[in-house]
Amino acid sequence: MLHKEIIGATLIFVLSVTLAWPLGKFIVKVFRGEKNRMDFMSPVEKMIFRISGVNPDKEMDWKQNMKALLGLNLLFFLVAFIILSIQGIIKLWNPAGTGNWEPTLAFNTAISFMTNTNLQHYSGETGASYFTQLAVFTWLQFVSAGTGMAACALLFRGLANRSSGALGNFYNLWLKSCTRILLPLAVILSLILTLNGTTTNFKGLQEVSTLEGETQMVAGGPTAPMVAIKQLGTNGGGFFGPNSTHPFENPNYLTNMAENIAILLIPMALVFAFGFYMKRKKLGIYLFGVMSLLFISFVAVSAWQEVEGNPNFAGMGLEQTVNMEGKEVRIGPVASSLWGVSTTSTSNGSVNSMHDSHTPISGGIFLLDMFINAIYGGVGVGFINFFVFMVIAVFIAGQMIGRTPDFLGKKLEAREIKIAAIVVILHPLFILAGTAISGYLVTANPDLGWLNNPGFHGFSEMMYEFTSASANNGSGFEGLGDDTPFWNIATGIVMLLARFLPIIGPLAIAGSLAAKKQVPQTVGSLQPETPAFASVLLAVILIISALAFFPALALGPIAEYFSF
Amino acid sequence: MKSLRTIFGLTLLTLLLFGMGYPLAMVGLGTVLAPDGARGNPVYQGEKLIGFENIGQDFHSNRYFWGRPSAVGYDASSTGGSNYGPTNPEYLELVKNRIDTLMKYHPGLVKKDIPVDLVTASGSGLDPHISKKAALIQVHRIAQVRKVPENKLRELIENHAENSFFGGPDNYINVLKLNMALDELEIR
Repeated sequence: MLHKEIIGATLIFVLSVTLAWPLGKFIVKVFRGEKNRMDFMSPVEKMIFRISGVNPDKEMDWKQNMKALLGLNLLFFLVAFIILSIQGIIKLWNPAGTGNWEPTLAFNTAISFMTNTNLQHYSGETGASYFTQLAVFTWLQFVSAGTGMAACALLFRGLANRSSGALGNFYNLWLKSCTRILLPLAVILSLILTLNGTTTNFKGLQEVSTLEGETQMVAGGPTAPMVAIKQLGTNGGGFFGPNSTHPFENPNYLTNMAENIAILLIPMALVFAFGFYMKRKKLGIYLFGVMSLLFISFVAVSAWQEVEGNPNFAGMGLEQTVNMEGKEVRIGPVASSLWGVSTTSTSNGSVNSMHDSHTPISGGIFLLDMFINAIYGGVGVGFINFFVFMVIAVFIAGQMIGRTPDFLGKKLEAREIKIAAIVVILHPLFILAGTAISGYLVTANPDLGWLNNPGFHGFSEMMYEFTSASANNGSGFEGLGDDTPFWNIATGIVMLLARFLPIIGPLAIAGSLAAKKQVPQTVGSLQPETPAFASVLLAVILIISALAFFPALALGPIAEYFSF
Repeated sequence: MKSLRTIFGLTLLTLLLFGMGYPLAMVGLGTVLAPDGARGNPVYQGEKLIGFENIGQDFHSNRYFWGRPSAVGYDASSTGGSNYGPTNPEYLELVKNRIDTLMKYHPGLVKKDIPVDLVTASGSGLDPHISKKAALIQVHRIAQVRKVPENKLRELIENHAENSFFGGPDNYINVLKLNMALDELEIR
């Protein structure tokens, strides 16, 4: 039985790669503005640009593009914040009459969806009206993913340019990422879900008379369209509280496959797209290989731990010890681990099992995955994070051979390395400082009642929350009582900084690289498409994450493991 | 001014397109292509809505097969898991109690035969399934209460065992469907 589940997980991975390759080619066409199959969307796009007074062909440098990105996102936040605060007044699509939100929760949630994080301190079926789910959350799930992809396109262009500062037009790249890449895929996935029994209607709570003669109130609603884009856009914010464990969000094993592939699809495709865009297909494959090596090892460890399960069960006299707490029978432990690793490596954050209830090492793997935050990574931004690791790796490799490092024909100088170093340090800073502060607060005031689990696991709950916020992931150790002003404001600020600083920094690097002249390639130039460079890159990723986070991991998951 | 028009225009138009147009189109299309699926596969008895195929119900009477424990008592309007970590003493106590309850209601049951899905809560709190093993250990109890032969029940379980395609789990059972079939067995 277990063998079959391993084959199933392998199949999901292989299918994702197989679909990502042609999608990568297609994405390059969209990024370059070449003719493509989605050209029929052009009248809609043209109309939107005309009304908004945008000339999509206007070339902009990195600073102009950055201003466009930030300005647009600021308004996204304001619109979301206002709608959430006055939710109860809006009568449209609100059959349950859900009320207004408290300001810190509205602040946290508006940032959460604007930054593509989808950390949820509310529960979908009780807290959000259908209007909010669609006109705020589903909308932001498109446009925030589009923001990430457009930023990635700007980076590609900057690296490909031969001494010109023009990176393209953010508005154009952003809208076309939404209309031509995300929308068609979301339509397909939404239909697959509806066909399999994901509710797609506007009915409110429905009353069921159960076989035993009791009453069960069942929440449904327009679930399929939101689930489709939350999977594809590495958003992760579910329609219902327990996300894709809910039988309406994820009715059977087939939908579980489709949704898991949807998590990985665009992040993987963007790695290949980098290779196609730079006309260095082999480099794309090498980078993909480095990421996949980590990915597959993580899945293997997590699945092995979940199947080994909880040793405490053996002590109670059970023969089976598989860890089924927080898991669904139709999905099983292996597919739960595969999803867990998929969702934490790509900053998606949707779940098909409760991460809080995973075994310590499996939970630790999820944390490590988010510490790295660049294995395939979130749509667009994942690759940008990986690019920062590449810059550091090139620098270190350059130091080893004693020359000024150059990457893809451009010299990397002090300015670029400094920016990359700062960006790399931000992530551990947010996580460790946040965890330390919350750890101090909870120790000083034990009656805060934040933690659902005592001891090491409680520490992991707090660390997971800050890691998830800083990685713009959105999953949680949901036992944490996180709808309090402290958590709403603290994680809100972390999400905001952790979203935009790692976009601005690398784009500044791309902007300055773009304007530099190509240096001639010599025998001494660093060849990135080699096993040697791939090893250096892998080592840099592991050393940075391990060194920064190992002490914290030792206090949480590792200590819990040894307390079994 | 021009940039204000730009960000307002783009924000509102995309909100209309992706926040309202797209979901409305999917609801429309979904309802036409899969009317049953779009409603979440409801199950009716005459006019009366008695459940949804994939939403578990709280079975606790002796006459029915029991489903998995649920952290929310199968409340489908406020769903969720327990979020207990695997070393939490409170959680381990709970599992012990569930084992004891099973032992109490199933005389002759050996502890090591208890399948783990029957003593742990699902993530959604609405898991509609149990393993085949979890159904089989309940046969003796139900046979006595309902006065039906045990092999009849075993046959029923065999007929309801589902397998997943493409490498998913095997041998699991939809508790609602099984219990509906159980009721029909008595009518015939």
